[in-house]
Amino acid sequence: MEVTANWYLMLGAVIFVIGAVGLLLRRNPLVMLMCVELMLNGVNLTFVTFSRELGDIAGQTVVFFVLVVAAAEVVVGLGLIVAILRRRPEATADDLNMLRG
Amino acid sequence: MVEVVVFVLAAAVCIVGALGVVLARNPVHAALMLVMTLFGIAVLFVAQEAHFLAVVQVIVYAGAIVVLILFVIMLLGVDEARDLQLRSLPAQLPAALIFAAVSAGVLVTVVISVDDPATGLPGLGGAIDESVPNVEQLAISLFGDYVYAFELTSVLLVIAVVSAVVLARRPSRAERADLEALRAEDMAAAEAEAERADGADYDQPAGDDEPAGDDEQPTDDEQPADDEQIAR
Repeated sequence: MEVTANWYLMLGAVIFVIGAVGLLLRRNPLVMLMCVELMLNGVNLTFVTFSRELGDIAGQTVVFFVLVVAAAEVVVGLGLIVAILRRRPEATADDLNMLRG
Repeated sequence: MVEVVVFVLAAAVCIVGALGVVLARNPVHAALMLVMTLFGIAVLFVAQEAHFLAVVQVIVYAGAIVVLILFVIMLLGVDEARDLQLRSLPAQLPAALIFAAVSAGVLVTVVISVDDPATGLPGLGGAIDESVPNVEQLAISLFGDYVYAFELTSVLLVIAVVSAVVLARRPSRAERADLEALRAEDMAAAEAEAERADGADYDQPAGDDEPAGDDEQPTDDEQPADDEQIAR
């Protein structure tokens, strides 16, 4: 038995879906942020798998950029959460309607 | 054979951690479960010869991002972050589960049905040469073909830093007064809504206490919040 690329791709898909479901179900903004990280990691795994499968280093370069964007996203997201929870300590994602989104 | 064992173990760690993030009631546990998933993915990166990314995954994700999240959880207090009873729309759970089943089914079916995921077209980054170390290849790609994107990420990081400073800055006195007005407005709105929903008098004494508490102690933002929580 041999580990093929499909195994990795399926695992990446499963992690992505778990993260997406968590994002839909959870109401705590912090946990929603963690679920976004899960989705990003599922995609990163797929990128690395294709990078090896196609023999192309660009896939790993893209993962590097995804890491940078994830870090920036977490910084801004946590800043927003702190700013909002300072105003309303009990806020959940349902209460964050002041942007009228 | 070793490959299979490594993959199965790492995949199990990843999936258990991912489910833990979604299902854990306490956000601290969710963050620790996230670390577990990230380590599992780092192992899978090593198994696919992406050594540099595995190291970065552990240092940046587990070492920086999750610590940042934990730091914010601690800053806000675990109690405040803990309102995790799924106060959701009635159809939310079934809808989310249907979404999960459909999307997982589609993705896995696509992966299984396509034998060879490669298109055969050449990539931008150049072929992986087994004789050159992974870090060196990544560096050549990053600082060669993708150098402009790399420079742009530095701009992105500066923007993120500036935004974090702006968002976390202590509000000035005038802004704090505005904030108080907004907060009082929120409280009044919530109270009115509760009354409308219940019909009974369901008043929240914290709504009245809280602005007074802030006026007395304008230098301390956290204190009134704690008082309010205890009052509930």
